[in-house]
Amino acid sequence: MKKKKMNGRERTFLLITIPIVALFFCFNTLPLIKGVIYSFTNFRGYGSFDWVGLRNYKDLFTDIRVGNSYLFTFKLAIAATILTNVVSLLLALGLNSKIKFKSTLRGAYFIPNVLGALVVGYIFNYFFTYILPAFGEMIGSSTFSSSMLSNTKLAWIAVVIVCAWQSIAMNTIIYISGLQTVPEDVYEAGAIDGATGFRKFQHLTFPLIIPFFSINMVLCVKNFLMVFDQIMALTKGGPAQSTESISYLIYNNGMGGGQFGFQSANAVIFFIVIVVLSAFQMTITGKKEEQL
Amino acid sequence: MKKNIGKERVNWPLTILLILGLITVAFPLYMTIMIAFKQPSEMTNSIAGILSLPKSWSLNNFKEAMEVTDFWHSLGNSILITMITVILSILIHSLLGYAIGRNKAHSKFYKGIYFYVVSGMFVPFAILMMPLVKQTAQMGLANMAGVIILYVVFYMPMNVLLYSGYLTNIPMALEEAACVDGATTWTTYWKVIFPIMKPMHATVAVLTALGTWNDVMTPLVIMSGSGNTTLPLAQLNFQTQFGTNYNLAFASYLLALLPILIFYLICQKQILNGVVNGAVK
Repeated sequence: MKKKKMNGRERTFLLITIPIVALFFCFNTLPLIKGVIYSFTNFRGYGSFDWVGLRNYKDLFTDIRVGNSYLFTFKLAIAATILTNVVSLLLALGLNSKIKFKSTLRGAYFIPNVLGALVVGYIFNYFFTYILPAFGEMIGSSTFSSSMLSNTKLAWIAVVIVCAWQSIAMNTIIYISGLQTVPEDVYEAGAIDGATGFRKFQHLTFPLIIPFFSINMVLCVKNFLMVFDQIMALTKGGPAQSTESISYLIYNNGMGGGQFGFQSANAVIFFIVIVVLSAFQMTITGKKEEQL
Repeated sequence: MKKNIGKERVNWPLTILLILGLITVAFPLYMTIMIAFKQPSEMTNSIAGILSLPKSWSLNNFKEAMEVTDFWHSLGNSILITMITVILSILIHSLLGYAIGRNKAHSKFYKGIYFYVVSGMFVPFAILMMPLVKQTAQMGLANMAGVIILYVVFYMPMNVLLYSGYLTNIPMALEEAACVDGATTWTTYWKVIFPIMKPMHATVAVLTALGTWNDVMTPLVIMSGSGNTTLPLAQLNFQTQFGTNYNLAFASYLLALLPILIFYLICQKQILNGVVNGAVK
């Protein structure tokens, strides 16, 4: 009797799982496999195509434009991750201390995160194109009196600022929830031992919020590596392809530039990079979590 | 002793510093509002000309922007896509999370399914994008329905992770009690487990809604040929039409930002809780 009941339960679980996993396979795994297959062809997105074996991959490693997009994307991801985490940690420490209007301030600082990245990009585009140069002229700075976005050396910094502006909101909230898990008596014990200021942060607060630091690192690196909307709104990859992110290049040349097969190979490499980086970060996170 | 007194006092310098810091958040929004209300003739190349208050608070820019971008239509599409995606996600992902959460501890099959689905989190959209465009076109899904299906699939890894994790906190005893009363697993799920998972439904709803509402890339590649747009996609599509009329463009941007801003102001607490729950778990 009991056995039959369990079978019914198992059947229900299977009937739930199979169709949903089939849907997942159909729109996630299947296109992934197709993408890998296309990467071995010279498909242009339309018409006939031939197998080219590993030629796309060979070309990929000698293609300067692809190489530059990886350099730019990693430069952006590293700079934006550092900027975001430093600012949001400071902000979280501030927002978690004895201040007035605590919840209002926390709510207000989160606003950038709910706004769409594309529209935010357009707004900042105007800021960098017109307002900052006007300000630069006012203070007589030659660097800032022309648009940052049309300067090959400075355009990437503008992208970093816009990416960080939105991510700081998210990371701050996560750090705050981390700081709230630190019990008050830890600080009291620390105070007896004479821990104040930066030493208190370094030896007491930070070790206790390392799991939250890891979450923020994983979130940041993954989001920044896949950056697309901000590029679309701010620079469209320019000037002189100096801000072309990997996602943008795959979209631009793969969808419209007749490089469907070649960019598929690029996407496969990009996928492997993401998996390796994520696996690396997860093992670090796993080790850190054991300490708690 | 001195320390204790200091702790209880409100830290005013820090409060003021944090309020001043809000300028970085408020300035882009202030700029957007000022430009959106001005006429092109009021715009000069000086900062004062751009940032000063408009001469009159006329809504003409907004009227025109609404016509140019077909605002109500794209707003309707965005709301429709987001709502259906959220509802389907809650129903479908919680079911799979339940099946996995209740079995992965003792069944290799469900453990495998769990890792298979969750590892989907690491697949960047860039690699799926080009094959998906072909696939959805062949299946007649190069439209809003296709975008919704894709969202349900893309958010599955994260949401299943959240649901199956949450289920470990719900004791089996609850289900067993219902089972003894003769209820099937299916009815037990909807009557007992689904309602208990309400906090997780809220988290899933917030995360999925924020992601889908602001997403540009999926509608851009999937439904750009269908003649329908979403709110963010309309901003992209009408860039050329705005031309150098920044006042019109900014009126349109402001219109695109307003719905989510209003929603955030109303449900701020739930959104913040949802985001923190989702990220920390």
